[in-house]
Amino acid sequence: MTGFPLPPGFDPARFFSARVGGHGSRLGIGYQAHGADWCELLLPFRSDLIGDPARGVLASGPILTLMDMATSVGVWLKRGAFLPHATLDLRLDYLRPATPGRTVIGRGECYRVARQVAFVRGIAHDGDPGDPVAHVAGTFMLLDAA
Amino acid sequence: MTLPPYAELLGLTLDTDDAGHPIVAMAFADDLLGRPGFVHGGAIGGMLEMAAWIALRHALGSDAATIKPINVTIDYMRGGRERTIWAAGSVTRLGARIANVAAIAWQDDRDRPIAAARLNYLLRR
Repeated sequence: MTGFPLPPGFDPARFFSARVGGHGSRLGIGYQAHGADWCELLLPFRSDLIGDPARGVLASGPILTLMDMATSVGVWLKRGAFLPHATLDLRLDYLRPATPGRTVIGRGECYRVARQVAFVRGIAHDGDPGDPVAHVAGTFMLLDAA
Repeated sequence: MTLPPYAELLGLTLDTDDAGHPIVAMAFADDLLGRPGFVHGGAIGGMLEMAAWIALRHALGSDAATIKPINVTIDYMRGGRERTIWAAGSVTRLGARIANVAAIAWQDDRDRPIAAARLNYLLRR
């Protein structure tokens, strides 16, 4: 996956507005904000994302996908380019159930890029970043670095 | 066993393996795509979580304990290609308050998993 010219820089707002199809679109995940090494994405509440019908609580899978994407964008931002990588591992701590009806906000940060591996962390919350619903830590394998 | 709406979104169906243990199938659909040509890691992770939950529910039998996920750790070992993915969970330890569950996902060969997960659950009886 090397050898093709890559545009300099990476704009997650354009990336998400130009996106067609795929799993993130199916879940309704959208862009909110970004900085030099972090990105915030939104997961609006939807009834087809429920994992516990009795309580109306979101499944953990959509939050996992949200955090995979937010941290992934964090890597592209820190590297300054849309370069190929693959998730090596992700760990999520589910601190509390997301409140039914509320949009979940996922903030992913890339805090270190080594030669072959990028290290990421982040939180998901549903309105108050001080009271997160989940905490994530993970790594991505850089596929252009071989 | 009825699956929640999110399992329907993923297109999960239930089956059993030769030993009679529950396994989950996720037929490929464009809605599951991540980077071109590969199933999204989030969809594979969500599927692993469902497989783990099903294995735990199966192990609990008639026990009506409520199950809360504490955490999940997922290793991605191979890309998921554009065809059916299978997944199965196994309960490593079923305690009074905590359950430890593992799950793997595979495509061509169960001994060559594409991803694996470990999960801790809180049980309320």
